[in-house]
Amino acid sequence: MVTASITMLPAITHKIRPPRALSVPFPLGFPLGEPNNPALQRRVLRALLQRTQRTDVPLLSEFGP
Amino acid sequence: MAETSDLSLLLRTFLKTYRWRRIEPVPMTALVKPLARCRVALVSSAGFVVPGDPPFDPRVRGGDYSYRIIAATADVERLEEHHRSDSFDHGGVEADRNLGLPLDRLHELEAAGAIGEVAPRHVSLMGSITAPGRLAAHTAPEVARLLAADEVDIALLVPV
Repeated sequence: MVTASITMLPAITHKIRPPRALSVPFPLGFPLGEPNNPALQRRVLRALLQRTQRTDVPLLSEFGP
Repeated sequence: MAETSDLSLLLRTFLKTYRWRRIEPVPMTALVKPLARCRVALVSSAGFVVPGDPPFDPRVRGGDYSYRIIAATADVERLEEHHRSDSFDHGGVEADRNLGLPLDRLHELEAAGAIGEVAPRHVSLMGSITAPGRLAAHTAPEVARLLAADEVDIALLVPV
């Protein structure tokens, strides 16, 4: 099973080194960006899914604009 | 993104000496099919519970390491939040549960052909688990077995 995670605290994720993490520019409590913003939430999920295709682990990359 | 400086002084002090756990070597499974054929599950630590299920217990020392199953057919906006942390603004997940468990979004991605299908069961955990030993030793393997039994290809972890 392939896994990928979102992180809002990349400095901590960097210490833990999970296989694939997507660093998002949102505050704690808002991992998918904004409430009631389905388009943004889907974009975050698509970016996270895209990271599952990577094998160069541990991967910690940023969610783009 | 958040910074540790966003957290309370008490929490920052705690985190300074916290023994972070890591697994070496980094576990990795490669994806062997295209996303459009993958079955995807969500694992959330937003502390959501289906109405009627037992709530997470904020009194468990080190954090409640139990889990709840959220069916793919769940009414996401009716999930109840039982997260014990005061380190984040709960307003987001209160206004939109998909922020902590984006199940409706996953259904939309399935409908758009971006993923193969939404897994039948998804997992809700409590966050702020300061003593993760029991989570790692018991909960995580049980959750992994559950998802493997459902033939999940991809598990997406969503913190809050």
